[in-house]
Order: sequence, then structure tokens, then C-alpha cells
Amino acid sequence: MAAAQIRIATLVVILAAWELVARSGLLYQDVVPSLFEIGTAFFQMFFDKETYWHFGVTAWEVGAGLAIGYVLGVAFGFVAGTRRFFGATVAPYVDGIATAPKIVFLPIVMLLVGTGIASKLALGALSAFFPVAINTAAGVRQVNPVLVRVGRSLRLSRWQMATRIYLPALRPSLVTSLRLGFGLAVVGVLLAEIKLSSAGLGFLANEHYSHYRVADLYAVLLLIFIIAVGLNGLMGRFAERR
Amino acid sequence: MKPALAGVLGVFSLALIIELAVQAGWVSSLVVARPSALPAAFMRLWSEGFVAGPVGITLAQAFAATGAAAALGIPWGYWLWRKPVLGEAYTPWIGAAFAAPTVLLFPLFLVLFGRGYATTVFVGFIAAVIPIVLKTREAFLGVPKVLLDVGRSFKLSGAALLRRVAFPAAVPGIFTGLRLGLIYALVNIIGMEFLIDFGGLGRIVSEMYFRFEIPGMYVAILLIVLVSWTFLAALSRLETWLRPR
Repeated sequence: MAAAQIRIATLVVILAAWELVARSGLLYQDVVPSLFEIGTAFFQMFFDKETYWHFGVTAWEVGAGLAIGYVLGVAFGFVAGTRRFFGATVAPYVDGIATAPKIVFLPIVMLLVGTGIASKLALGALSAFFPVAINTAAGVRQVNPVLVRVGRSLRLSRWQMATRIYLPALRPSLVTSLRLGFGLAVVGVLLAEIKLSSAGLGFLANEHYSHYRVADLYAVLLLIFIIAVGLNGLMGRFAERR
Repeated sequence: MKPALAGVLGVFSLALIIELAVQAGWVSSLVVARPSALPAAFMRLWSEGFVAGPVGITLAQAFAATGAAAALGIPWGYWLWRKPVLGEAYTPWIGAAFAAPTVLLFPLFLVLFGRGYATTVFVGFIAAVIPIVLKTREAFLGVPKVLLDVGRSFKLSGAALLRRVAFPAAVPGIFTGLRLGLIYALVNIIGMEFLIDFGGLGRIVSEMYFRFEIPGMYVAILLIVLVSWTFLAALSRLETWLRPR
């Protein structure tokens, strides 16, 4: 059997098992809704204007948060990569905060900017910043030293060095950074929305959860996954084309 | 000057600036805790049992989740190597799951398991099992063919070939998977504890926030950063030490 056939067979088995469990009555009612209910909830979502509003809020929070975190992360990573001493000084602190779950910084962020959209945006930026900074710094250190020496021998200014030498050499690592940053910004924003918010897809998921509308909850999570995995795949393809 | 010293000086200067800014009233002490208030807050958290116990609870969950993930993930990764067609079929899926925001599924786990350790550990398990499967398969794929051929030339049985040759050669790669798995499990479990106000370290942050104990909240967050970083550093050390030179 070829790989594709195995995948299709697996999918069929999983879906059939799901349906069987849903109809068996083994679990509490509605904990595992039937595929038909989830499908219906999923398509109904698209006819509800509110979905688009919540999607818009989340998209703004992720987009703006990622943009801020990305720009700051690239700038910081660039300095940490080119200035060895500075890089070595900040590395343990950056690594330490980068490892910790960003969502626990939400209370600080909420104290600083309030509990509204700004707090989700800031958490998205914070989540994106660290992987982008670390990846950019690593990318800068791997730039071929010959290129850097050529630049210096041509007496390029610092700005020219950045735009003419480093930027083209860093392109693959910048695309990877964007992908990493995007993935973590999505998680940061949505977790913050689920914890405390009044709009966004995370809020919607939380509403369905607290009213025990399980099929709708599955539908929202399915939508989030399709968007996140889809965009990640697109960026991956873009990165490979380089 | 050494970078480590510069780092410590930098942190002290930053703390001093924050201290002065808060004391001068430029920043409200209801938003940013005075650094000088943190030691007392730490002692208070300690005496109320908010430090050692929660750290233990969180670490125990991370180890339990990773243990379960290893028990399932290592044989699974081995199997994906042993049967190349299965590896070819499933590895892209597992790779996609690695990039996917699986932690966002937690409301479903709350519905399935309720608000308790089952949910936090399960979230850790999901986070850990994916890198363990992927790295185990990679580790076996990386075993030099020569070693396997030598084993076969000694007419080792399949089980003996695995036990004597393939597995020992794959151990460093498998350990990388375990290290990643343990860190992902820890981080996701702490995040989950914060989100559902349950369990160890993460719950403390949430509790301090709702009590409006600002210095306590900062201490709890710093503690999480410290625990995550120590964990990461210790495991990296262990890995370099284990790797054959």
C-alpha cells in the first residue's frame, strides 16, 4: 500500500471511530458530538455575521502583534548577532524568558495596557519577539564572513552594511523567523483571548465552552486550526522557493 | 569585563531604574512592583506554601506527561522507521501537528476530562509526544548502515539487532526528543495551570493577580522564568555530557 492510501485509510478509520463513539452513548452526552453536528456548526458559522467580527478582531491582534514583535525582534537579533559582547551578555536572559510560557506575562500586560484588545496585541508581540530575535541573531552569526569583510573593505556605512550585505544574506532566516513568530503570536493571542476578553475567536471558543455548546466549540477550534496550519504551510512553501 | 558580569550589572541597573521610577511616582506601584519589595514578597509566598509545593506539583506533572509520551512515542517513532511506508505516510502529519497550535485544543480537553490534573497532564503529553516521535524516527534513520550490516553479518536476530546495535546508536537522538518533549511539556503545563487556575506554578500567578498582590505576582512570574531556564540549561548540559565524543 502506498503512503497516500494509508493516509486515506487512517482518516476513514478515525472518522468512523469518532462517529461510533459519538453515537454509542459511552461518554456523557454531547462530549463527542457527531461529525454531522460539527459539520453543521462549522458551516453555520459562515452565515453568522458575528464570526467575521470575531475573526477580524483576532486577525488584527495577531497581525499587528506579529508586526511589532517581528520588527523589534529582527532589530534586537541583528544587534545581538553583530555585537558579540552585547549578544553574549543578553543571551542567558533572552533564552530564559524565551523558554518560559508567555501567557503567564498576561497579568503584567493587562496591568500595563488594560484588559482590552491592546493586551492581546501586546501578548502576540511578546510571543513573537523571542523566537524572531533568537533566530535572527543566529542567522547573523552564520552570515559568510567573506561578505562582511568585502563590505568593510568597500567602506560601507553601518546602514549600507545592514541593507546591502546582511539583509540579502539573511533572507532565508528572516522568512523562518516570520513563520516561527506567526505560530507563537497565534497561540499567545488566542490563549489571552480565552483567558479574558470580550471579542475574538478565542472569546468565541470560551463562550461556546462556558455554555456547553460543544459542537460549536469544535467548529471554532477547527476554523482556528485550518487558518493557522494553512498559513504556516503557505509560509513554508514561500520559504522553500528561496 | 566578562559578559556574565555585564549581564548582572545590567539587571541591577534596570532594577535600580525601575525602583527609582516607581518611588518617584512615574510608574504606579499597582502596575510595576518595586524590585526592593520582591524579596519580602518571596518570603511571604514561601511561608504560605506557594513556592516549593507548586514547583514540585508542576515538575511532577511535566515528568509524568513526558514519561507517558516517551512510553508511547519512542516505540511509535521506532515503528515509523521500521516500516518506511508508515513513516512516509504519517511523518508529514506529525510534522504538521508539531507546527500546529495544539495547546489551543485545551477547551476540548476540559470538556472531556474536567478541570483537573488529567487536563494539564494531557496537554503536556500532547506537547511532548510529537517531538519524541519525530526525533526517535530521525535518530533511527541516522544509525549508520555499516553498523546494522555488521550486526546482520553476525547473524543477530531482529530483536538483538535492535537491542545491541540500532537502539544504542539512536540513544543520543532519542534523548534530544526527550529533552524537547520535557521542556514543551513543562511550558505547556505551566501555561495551562495559569489558564484554568489549577495546579502548581501557573495557578500562583493567576491567584496573585486576582488577589491584586502585585509583588507576589511578579515573584511568581520570575520563578516560572527561573524554573524554565534552569530546566533548559540542566537538560542541555546533560545532553552534551551524554553525547559520545
